[in-house]
Amino acid sequence: MSKLTITTEGHRYIVVRRRFAAPPEALYRAHTDPELIQQWLLGPEGWTMPVCINEARPGGKIRYEWAHETRGSFYLTGEFLELEPPSRIVHIERMHLPDPTPDNRVETRFEPDGTGTLMTMRMTLPDEKTRAAMLATNMERGMEVSYARLEGMI
Amino acid sequence: MRRAILARLAMGEVTVLELAEPFEMTQPAISQHLKVLEDAGLIVSRIDGTKRPRRLAKDGIEAMDQWLGMLRQAMEKNYDRLDDVLTGMERKKKRGQKR
Repeated sequence: MSKLTITTEGHRYIVVRRRFAAPPEALYRAHTDPELIQQWLLGPEGWTMPVCINEARPGGKIRYEWAHETRGSFYLTGEFLELEPPSRIVHIERMHLPDPTPDNRVETRFEPDGTGTLMTMRMTLPDEKTRAAMLATNMERGMEVSYARLEGMI
Repeated sequence: MRRAILARLAMGEVTVLELAEPFEMTQPAISQHLKVLEDAGLIVSRIDGTKRPRRLAKDGIEAMDQWLGMLRQAMEKNYDRLDDVLTGMERKKKRGQKR
């Protein structure tokens, strides 16, 4: 069974849960240190993140740019709203496909769970138009691009 | 509440009035729920004189399933990678402590 659970809360929110073996401090760092983010927030094989700006303070900016040798590139921008290290991060983000998607407010929590961490991420469900755009992109250019784009939502 | 509305719609097309009665809600309250469901692409309406009966949007529900499936695969891949990053961080920390 997968360690990841995704549930919808009403028709406006998605809640993602996953357990990790590391403590909350390590999870918090892996979500706020650009050098670490560039190692995992990449989507499918072949994608890199040449630009990673993550100013982890209230009002701080987020900018992730992904690139693929043959599939082009796209980016995400955002702003931090609240940070409570090592347990909580609230930020707003939008993808540029290249038109910006509606703002997505994301709340990420890291709670101690035995010797590890339970991560709970609550985010806004994209509206139908945005989802349709993602699925359409997926059909035109192959699953990989959409996977990577969806990753940007996290 | 919206789940109950969807369950009712699964049985066939209904108007706001027909929904308001069994759920003991005002028409504006029902309309508000219907708007959310419509924006999500889960239901559709048609115009029939002064009425706007609603029904389930089968395509919308399938597209939602497909979209959630893509989201899951994308996240699983990232978090498996994050597991490795976290292991690497722990190893580095231990090495640092030994020095």
